[in-house]
Amino acid sequence: MTTTTSALGGVIRRKEDPALIRGRGRYVDDIKQSGELAAAFVRSPFAKARIASIDTSAARAMPGVRAVYTIDDVRHLGSLIAQVPVGKLRPLLADGVVKHVGEAVAMVVADNRYLAQDAVEAIVVDYEPLEAVVDLKDAASDRAKVHDDLDSNVLLTWTGHEWWADVIAVEDPRPKIEEAKQRSDTVTVELEMVNQRLIPVAIEPRSVVASWNEGYERLEVYSSSQIPHALAGAIAKTFGLASTAVHVRAPEVGGGFGCKLNVYPDEVLVCFASMQLHAPVRFTETRRESAVSTIQGRGWVGTATITGTRDGKILGYELRVLADMGAYSQNFTVAIPLLGLWVSAGQYDIPAYFEAKCVVTNTQTTDAYRGAGRPEALYYIERLVDAFAREIGMDPADVRRMNYWKKDQFPAVNNTGLAIDSGDYETNLDKLLAMADYAGLRRMQAEARAEGRYIGIGLSSYLEICGFGPSVLSEIGFGWNNYGLPSSFSGSGLVRVNPDGSATVIIGTGPSGQGHETTWSQIVSSVLGIGTDRIRVSHGDTAESPMGVGTFGSRSAAVDGTATYEAALKVRDKAAEIAAHLMEAAPEDIRFADGGAHVVGTPGRVVAWEEIADVAYRPHRGPDGLDAGLEAHAIFSPGNATWPFGSHIAVVEVDPATGNVDFLRYIGIDDCGNVISPMIVDGQVHGGIAQGVGQALFEEAIYDDAGNLLTASLIDYPIPTASDLPSFELGRTVTPTDVNPMGVKGIGEAGTIGSAQTIVNAVVDALAPLGVTHVDMPLRPRRVWQAIQDARG
Amino acid sequence: MYPREFEYVAAASLGDALDALAGIPGAKVMSGGMSLLPLMKMRLFSPAVVVDIGKVPGLDAITDKGDHIAIGALVRHHQTATSPLVTEHGAALAEAASYTGDSQVRHRGTTCGSLAHADIAADQPAGALAVGATMVAASKNGMREMAAADFFVDTLTSALDPGEILVEVRIPKAGGGSAYDKLGRRGGHSDYAVAGAAAWVTRSNGTIADARIAITGVGTKPALALGSMEAFIGSDGSAEAIAVAAQRATEGVTVLEDLYGSEEYKTHLAKVFVARALERALTRA
Repeated sequence: MTTTTSALGGVIRRKEDPALIRGRGRYVDDIKQSGELAAAFVRSPFAKARIASIDTSAARAMPGVRAVYTIDDVRHLGSLIAQVPVGKLRPLLADGVVKHVGEAVAMVVADNRYLAQDAVEAIVVDYEPLEAVVDLKDAASDRAKVHDDLDSNVLLTWTGHEWWADVIAVEDPRPKIEEAKQRSDTVTVELEMVNQRLIPVAIEPRSVVASWNEGYERLEVYSSSQIPHALAGAIAKTFGLASTAVHVRAPEVGGGFGCKLNVYPDEVLVCFASMQLHAPVRFTETRRESAVSTIQGRGWVGTATITGTRDGKILGYELRVLADMGAYSQNFTVAIPLLGLWVSAGQYDIPAYFEAKCVVTNTQTTDAYRGAGRPEALYYIERLVDAFAREIGMDPADVRRMNYWKKDQFPAVNNTGLAIDSGDYETNLDKLLAMADYAGLRRMQAEARAEGRYIGIGLSSYLEICGFGPSVLSEIGFGWNNYGLPSSFSGSGLVRVNPDGSATVIIGTGPSGQGHETTWSQIVSSVLGIGTDRIRVSHGDTAESPMGVGTFGSRSAAVDGTATYEAALKVRDKAAEIAAHLMEAAPEDIRFADGGAHVVGTPGRVVAWEEIADVAYRPHRGPDGLDAGLEAHAIFSPGNATWPFGSHIAVVEVDPATGNVDFLRYIGIDDCGNVISPMIVDGQVHGGIAQGVGQALFEEAIYDDAGNLLTASLIDYPIPTASDLPSFELGRTVTPTDVNPMGVKGIGEAGTIGSAQTIVNAVVDALAPLGVTHVDMPLRPRRVWQAIQDARG
Repeated sequence: MYPREFEYVAAASLGDALDALAGIPGAKVMSGGMSLLPLMKMRLFSPAVVVDIGKVPGLDAITDKGDHIAIGALVRHHQTATSPLVTEHGAALAEAASYTGDSQVRHRGTTCGSLAHADIAADQPAGALAVGATMVAASKNGMREMAAADFFVDTLTSALDPGEILVEVRIPKAGGGSAYDKLGRRGGHSDYAVAGAAAWVTRSNGTIADARIAITGVGTKPALALGSMEAFIGSDGSAEAIAVAAQRATEGVTVLEDLYGSEEYKTHLAKVFVARALERALTRA
């Protein structure tokens, strides 16, 4: 008999932590195969160069080297499959001309990684360097081409009102905005800003091991992936296998943040090598290699303008950006700006124009990185709202409040034609201002300024879109069907009550740190009354789970969680019939709690889950016509995306002598709808803000003019550690969505989407007395100090 | 993360280690491994032999030797940072050790290892220079002492000969007060120094009787700021005197731009931290 059951919203400790924090979790590199071989790659030192020759003879002759492959060996497999095949797809190995530093040119397979790495050094590649295009504006001018066989470096242009013109008609906002600019009572503020490129730094670099079993004619693959089903589909398509002939498992995944939401050449190539060599083949990135062999994120340069009246009413907002795609298009590459487009006007009911040109450069591919388009878009609008408030001399909180969508306007159709089901931005802001003691902060700031101290208060409100669908989005012309997945945005959940009364839950999404085991246990426990400690959550196994598009877009709880919830309801209904039979009551009078069923009003008489399961698996003991078994599967296809929101405040102090930024406080109020597991939600917000701090203060993927990545190691790519972060003061408002029955919205990316601009707004606010209006991220002390010098003239 | 092949020697005694070093060209000493191993794993440096002195007895203590304190070759950064002896007689070095790396690194890496590695942005070399440390090197030929000022030769280059091991750092009990301060690459004191300065001062009858000032992170090596020292010694130690001394922080130093600072910014920071280190050293003098 179990003792602990959990309602939705109950605080329980993370179930996965005892294994993970003691080093007992199993990651791909922990799963050793008998007789496995190791792969290593020769990578291009040039951003663009013609490969005149590759001499592999010395490497092949080295002891322990089993094979060396170049594009000639794998060209017949085609390019890497992408969901959004716009632009140049990535060849499995460089084909003729390398297009970015770090592009894989040859693959060595040897008895171990040390020997493989030695052999890599013995391969002689004769490169003829070509002119690289690195700067975004330069690339957009088409002065020189990244790919000679493409018409332009600009792959496509997304606009907020025409992104899906065939289906969604949206009025062009530009005439209204232009009219507002011409009015005599308006002011317009313009800023050109960079949302810099970032390197995702999952603590576990990508790792994959593939084993071709000739007997079963099946590929067995373990990969540190957020999308095992898509990977299985991509491998099956590449090799012409049935999807059942590829079994992919993603065991524990040590961080993803979007960088493992992709199919990579090495994941396909280890399969190829295993089939060729009849042995398991493994590849694990090194940390520095990861900076060039895994996708990067962000990389926008753009200009935003905001127009409004002197009393604070915003009448127009425009954002025009160049978005850096890198050289090749992988999974989502050109679709990332689209996610920013959808939230480009933030929480505001304003005419807003959005334009993003997707531009290729001779750099590593960009793709989804925590927030994926939304942090970029929110950065621009929230910086501009602050700049506008400063220009007209109004408090930035008041300007925001005046321009929000109001609670009674929902459902509202935003500037991109999408329907936002719900929102209550003002209540959220009120709670934040109260928790921060905003008026008190402003008084403290005034006193500090009088003493010559530079204290800044930054505010930002964010809108998030996540938990995608609707499934009709799959008709836009790209989607998971390219990987052979049955549906675009559906989620999957299977709930099985075992003969001993415990439950197994199998889901189509898996954790890379998000705590799925805890959250799913709570979902099922809340429905069935089985203790969370009696529920096992299984994930990331393509042979177990009928389908699953994976973990991304803060979708797991809202989509696969809902599917699981619905599956649990089906199990509950069947169990209620059995319990009713056993207790001679009506099924509708059965309630589940504390490890069993009771009749409403008489909680003292309980039929344990063991007894119910016993009947389910021996149906002759149950009601007439009872089907054997006690499990159900559900697939949930959301009718809309969800729209979390929130507002954050950062309080910082700048040392004007060094430009150093210190946090004094960081306060956030987020609204992700109903909360399944509070500690999990808080953890997601903490991690999300940490990555926002990283972008705001520390991180930048810096390429030199020749396309060399100068920041491939963590010595040159500083990321925040716990000791660099303030103690977060968090709170919540709860505005449930009706898109799913649990009313949950998603929280994985919200902290990141809400934070970078909050911090930059705070620093700019601190330096406002000096006349500083903008500093580009990351706000390393040198930049802040330089801005102070420039402002002082 | 996969070094080239190398031979590993676990020395049981200092004599063993010196024999191994002397006998094999290209042999390299390892104590905590915090600097050497990353270089090897990135294949930027591939010694034929690594001589691990981690198990050599008698090198892991900080001891009071009467007129000086001695920090052994295996003393971890954390020991240096938290030692009452170092804090009393060489606060600048203790502070520098406390800002080195992160907690894990401070429990693994060694003060002597950091000094011997001679990174241009390391903290403890500046502390050692300011407190007037003496470096003690052992070789098959015996012991050799060097002033810290003669020890840091160039980028990643110390005055140690290939057959030598830095077995001890001595801090004189010279009185006065010392301090170290820096701006780290992740802001505050976090990470390598964008710029940092250490200062030691003694006062006598209202004037600065003696001082040593060192900077790190800005040039080709951690170095004494001789111009600042010249200006400050004999001054009244006032705010004005500090400002005058700080102005000369990079005199004779080739300031190098990197990802974290322009030449102008680093020059400016050197002045800021010389002033801050002096101010705090004076409060302890």
